[in-house]
Amino acid sequence: MKNEIIIAGFDGQGVLSMGKILAYSALFEGKEVTWMPSYGPEQRGGTANVTVIVSEDRISSPILNEYDTAVILNQPSLDKFEERIKPGGVLIYDSYGISTPPTRKDLTIYRIDAMDAAAEMDNVKAFNMIVLGGLLKVCPIVSLENVLKALRKTLPERHHHLIPLNEEALKRGHEIIYHVE
Amino acid sequence: MADKNDIILMKGNEAIAHAAIRCGCDGFFGYPITPQSEILETLALEKPWETTGMVVLQAESEVASINMVYGGGATGKRVMTSSSSPGVALMQEGISYMACAEIPGLIVNVQRGGPGLGTIQPSQSDYIQCTRGGGNGDYNVIVLAPASVQEMADFVDLSFTLAFRYRTPVIMLSDGVIGQMMEKVVLPPFKPRRTEEEVRKECPWATVGRKNRKNNILTSLDFDPYNMERHNQDLQRKYKEIMQKEVRFEEEQTEDADYLIVAFGSAARISQKAIELCRKEGIKMGMLRPITLWPFPTERIKELSRKVKGIISIEINAGQMIFDIQNAVEGRVSVKHYGRMGGVVPTPDEIVNALKSNLINELG
Repeated sequence: MKNEIIIAGFDGQGVLSMGKILAYSALFEGKEVTWMPSYGPEQRGGTANVTVIVSEDRISSPILNEYDTAVILNQPSLDKFEERIKPGGVLIYDSYGISTPPTRKDLTIYRIDAMDAAAEMDNVKAFNMIVLGGLLKVCPIVSLENVLKALRKTLPERHHHLIPLNEEALKRGHEIIYHVE
Repeated sequence: MADKNDIILMKGNEAIAHAAIRCGCDGFFGYPITPQSEILETLALEKPWETTGMVVLQAESEVASINMVYGGGATGKRVMTSSSSPGVALMQEGISYMACAEIPGLIVNVQRGGPGLGTIQPSQSDYIQCTRGGGNGDYNVIVLAPASVQEMADFVDLSFTLAFRYRTPVIMLSDGVIGQMMEKVVLPPFKPRRTEEEVRKECPWATVGRKNRKNNILTSLDFDPYNMERHNQDLQRKYKEIMQKEVRFEEEQTEDADYLIVAFGSAARISQKAIELCRKEGIKMGMLRPITLWPFPTERIKELSRKVKGIISIEINAGQMIFDIQNAVEGRVSVKHYGRMGGVVPTPDEIVNALKSNLINELG
């Protein structure tokens, strides 16, 4: 079983770190994993994306032209990646950054109002963990337990007191994601 | 410090830094440049000067870095530098001097798009520069091409071993894909830095201070052309020995392959996926991945060219390795090239399409 995932949005939304936490969680599940960021000047105020591949077997290319799962957090990313999702694949989008919702009929599409939820939680930084929680609800690639383990691994110790908040955000994401007909 | 021997996740660049500390590297001299800056950054974070005593220095330029490597290597120390394409171009004079003076050292090139300052995205366009000896004079350096984060870690110690075995600079030719991506890696076990006594014993040629012996002189200058010719002949004998003993490559599904991809580094990874896609369609594609770009696996490609219908060189450049493949194939089968340039990385489907249109459709 292999899941080829693209996470794409604006720089500053925590796209790369969300991918990193997902990658570490997969590592703790004993799976093969590759994390490949788009790097370069486009990250300065522009769009950022990361490809995370989680697999039972050896991973070949870290560079992909189509994806099983897309997590889309702004309109430019939707415009770029909607057509690059495999037929039958999963598309998750946050409504806040999307003015023209996805139109493909051959995908399973989920919406998550994570930006709104983060504002309600009075913590915009929890945004990416809410999205990750939503992703894991509809694609249970890794367990919550291993995500928390990954957070402990990737967050510097001085930020470990924020882990309960992140857990809350992950659970919030679980609750608020919904299927779009 | 990541000192557990368990499996961890890190970037290729970070793996190089950790591997250097662990394999008894004595010094790193470098200047920041994307996409390899994490090597210097990781070393600065790990502070190996407090643990193993390894020196880490941000030099004032790439020219300074390579000459610090020249100096460190001349004293028998395991020293290295890293940079990306434009920075490595600046180092070529120093590498040529090291080759002539037979000074071991490691140069890591995490390639980016060129020519000139180019872009900061991945490329493989320094192939010819590295494999032909990028500076002046008749020389070669050993070139290792890692294709995974694990190989980024493993090839550091291997590079030093080869560098000292043959008293030559060794280049690890990586690129922005392998440098920037994170994968699982098992770091090598800790190996202490060599003591002064060990250096004296293992490197009798090193300039470590004279003690009851003749001066050791390491230089790349000789005013007598006949002396210099003799030295060149010695160097050529050494290169021949390296070509006989140190060729490294890996094969994938070549047993029944009708067509062969030759690709190294990140292009080999992308090509693996292209092979998977081809095999699903019933196209018997295989791959030879050179691990040493110099010495090149000429003999094996020659053998395989007798079994396959055609060969395609997948490179993230305008077609550089293709000349080495053509040299091996000697016209037996058609050799094509597909690549992207300037920092654009081809996707697996692009390669599949190129295989079909450039190779299979033409040859049937």
